[in-house]
Amino acid sequence: MTAAALLTVEHLTMRFGGLVAIDDLSFAAADREITAIIGPNGAGKTTVFNCLTGFYKPTVGQLTLIRPGSEPALLERMEGFRIARAGVGRTFQNIRLFPAMSVLENLIVAQHNELMRASAFSIAGLLGLERYRAAEARALDRARFWLDRLGLTGVADRDAGGLPYGDQRRLEIARAMCNGPVLLCLDEPAAGLNRAESVALNELLREIRDTQNVGILLIEHDMNVVMGISDRIVVLDYGRKIAEGPPEAVRNDPTVIQAYLGEEEDADLRPEVAGELGRERRP
Amino acid sequence: MVDNAASGADLSRVWKVLREAGLTALIAGFLAVPLIGLRTIGGRDGMAVESRWDMLMIAVAVVFTGRLVLIALRRVLPRLGAGVGKIGSFGTLFARHRSGLAGLALALALALPLMPFSDRYLVDIATLVLIYVMLGWGLNIVVGLAGLLDLGYVAFYAVGAYSFALLGTVYEWSFWACLPVAGACAAAFGILLGYPVLRLRGDYLAIVTLGFGEIIRVVLTNWVEFSGGPNGIASIPRPTLLGLEFSRRAPEEQSFHHFFDIDYSGDHRITFLYYVILLLALLTNLFVLRIRKLPLGRAWEALREDEIACRALGINPVNTKLSAFALGAMFGGFAGSFFASRSGFISPESFTFIESALILSIVVLGGMGSQIGVVLAAAAIILVPEFLREFSEYRMLAFGAAMVLIMIWRPRGLLAHRAPTVSLGQSGARP
Repeated sequence: MTAAALLTVEHLTMRFGGLVAIDDLSFAAADREITAIIGPNGAGKTTVFNCLTGFYKPTVGQLTLIRPGSEPALLERMEGFRIARAGVGRTFQNIRLFPAMSVLENLIVAQHNELMRASAFSIAGLLGLERYRAAEARALDRARFWLDRLGLTGVADRDAGGLPYGDQRRLEIARAMCNGPVLLCLDEPAAGLNRAESVALNELLREIRDTQNVGILLIEHDMNVVMGISDRIVVLDYGRKIAEGPPEAVRNDPTVIQAYLGEEEDADLRPEVAGELGRERRP
Repeated sequence: MVDNAASGADLSRVWKVLREAGLTALIAGFLAVPLIGLRTIGGRDGMAVESRWDMLMIAVAVVFTGRLVLIALRRVLPRLGAGVGKIGSFGTLFARHRSGLAGLALALALALPLMPFSDRYLVDIATLVLIYVMLGWGLNIVVGLAGLLDLGYVAFYAVGAYSFALLGTVYEWSFWACLPVAGACAAAFGILLGYPVLRLRGDYLAIVTLGFGEIIRVVLTNWVEFSGGPNGIASIPRPTLLGLEFSRRAPEEQSFHHFFDIDYSGDHRITFLYYVILLLALLTNLFVLRIRKLPLGRAWEALREDEIACRALGINPVNTKLSAFALGAMFGGFAGSFFASRSGFISPESFTFIESALILSIVVLGGMGSQIGVVLAAAAIILVPEFLREFSEYRMLAFGAAMVLIMIWRPRGLLAHRAPTVSLGQSGARP
C-alpha cells in the first residue's frame, strides 16, 4: 500500500443471534484512494458500513480512523453522530435526503456542527452577530461550490424530494462532502443510474478523490464503476474476505470468479455481474 | 344490444351499491341489538328486559340510507375536494404576500382595543385567542418543526401557571419577575419529559406525552398541601405596568388611573392584559421565525425528515430533541403564567387533556410549521364556539366533522406551504 492508511479494520466480527454476518474481517483503506468492497448479495457489505458508522456495535473487532494531526479515533466505541463528527461521512443504499427541505438546505444542514458552534448555540444567531453571519456565508459558499459542481444550482431552492433519482443520489454525496469528512463511505452510489449517469458518477468520485483530501470507501455492484475507479478492492463472500488487491488482480482471482459465477447449482446469480466478469475475463 | 350491455353494467353497479349498504346495515343491526334493541327496565319485581325492535329497525334503516348517501357523496366529494384544493392554493398565495398580510394582521391586532366597535367582551375574547395563538406557536416548535407528536402540551401550560401562582401568592413576586422563572420551570419539565421518550416516535411518543400531561394534572389535584388540590389557587397577582396596578383600591402612587390622572375603568386592565399577551405572542413568533433560520431550527426540521441521516451528519439527536421539547415547553410556561395572572384563579380543571387536544388541533389545522396558519386556526377554534353559544351542545360534533373534512381535503393543514429557510437568490449575488 502506497498511501497512508486512513482506516484500519481489524478482526471485525458481527453476529446477529446465530447468524454471522461478518466473520473476522480485516482490511485497510488509504487516504486519497478509492477502496471498493464488493461481493454477492448478502455478503455483509452494508453491515460493514453500519458497523463503521456506528449504527451497529460490532461483536468483536477494532475500527480505527487515523487522521493526520489528531488522535486516532476508535470508531467501535463511539456513538453514530460522534463518528460522523470524527470525519466519517456516508450515503445510504436507499437515499436518505431531507425530502421536504430544499436542495440548498440539505447542504446547509450538513454543516450543522460548524454553524452551531458559530451561532453559540443559537444565541449569537438570534442576535444576528457578525460572527454567525460570516460562518453562514462560508457555509453557503461551500454549498454553492457543490451545487455548481453537480449542476444543481438551478434547482437549489426546490424540494430535495422532488429531484430526479440520479440527482438525489448525487445530492446525497454532495451533502456528505459538505459535512467535511476525511473518509467518505458510499453505499451503492450507482444503483439505479443509467450508463451516462454512472460514467458521470465515476468522474465525480475521481475528482473528489483527487481534489478533496478524502479517502473513499465504496460498496458497489456496478462493475463499470468498481473496475473503472477503484484503487483497491476487497471482496466479501458470506461475511469473509476472499480476496483483496488492485482491480486487475481481483478480476482474475479464481475464488472471486467462483463466488460471483457460483457452482452449477447456484441459482442466485446476477446476470449483469456474471456478464461483466465474463467479458473482462475473456481476453 | 349496446343499450342492453350498458344497462347490465348499471344493474351490477346498483347491485354492488345495495350490497355494500346492506352489509353495513347488517353490521349496524348486530351492534344495535344490545345497544338499542334491548333495554333493562326496573320493574316491580326486579329488572326486566324490554325489547324495542321498532327503534332497532329505524336505526338500521338510517344506517342503510346513510351508507347510500355516503356512496353518492364519495363520487361527488373528490370533485368538490378539487375545488376546495383550488381555493386551498391560497396557501401559496398567502406565502407570496406573507409580509404584507402579517403586517396587516399586526396592525389590526395593535389597533383592536382602540376601534370604535370594540368593547370589553371583544378585547377579552381576543386575549383568549391570543393565548391559544401563543400556545399554538409554542407547540409548533415541537410538533411542526421537530415532528415530535406531543399530546401532553397542557402539562407545561400548567407548570407555568402554577409556578407563577405559587411564587406570586406565597412569595409575592410580581408577574414580570416570575415570567422567566415560570418559563425556566416549564423548560425543565420539558427536558424531564424529553429524556425518557427520546427513543420513541409517532404513536408511542404521543401515548407517553399524553400520560405525562395526565400525571401533572393528577399530581396537582391530589397534592393538596402544595397546590391546593382541586380548590386551586386564588387571588393571584395581576400584571403591572412598570409597577402601576390596575385596581380601584390600589395606593395612589401605585395605581394606573391616579398616575395618569384619569377616571378608574375596569377596561384599562382588560386592554392592558390584551397588550401583554400580544407582546408575549409576538415575542414567541419572532423567536420561532428566527430560530427556523438558525442551525438549531434547521436541525429540528432535518430530524423530522430523517433521523438516521441526521446522525450520519453528526447532528446529536438527543440534544436537538431535548432543545425542541425545552423551548416548546418554555413558551407554554409563559402562556401559563399569563393565563394564571389574567384569571386570578387556577385549578387543575383548566389543564385537562381537552386543552392539549385543542392546542394540537390548532397546530394541525393551521398547517404544521405555518405561523399564520396557527393564527387562523386559533381564531376559528376559539371564536366559532364563542359566537355560536346557542349550539354549544353540537360543538364537539362540529369540531370532529371539521377535523375529518380538513384531513380529507387538506391533510397537511390549511396553510401548509413551507418556504425554504435560505435561498440562493436572496443571499447570494449569482448571475
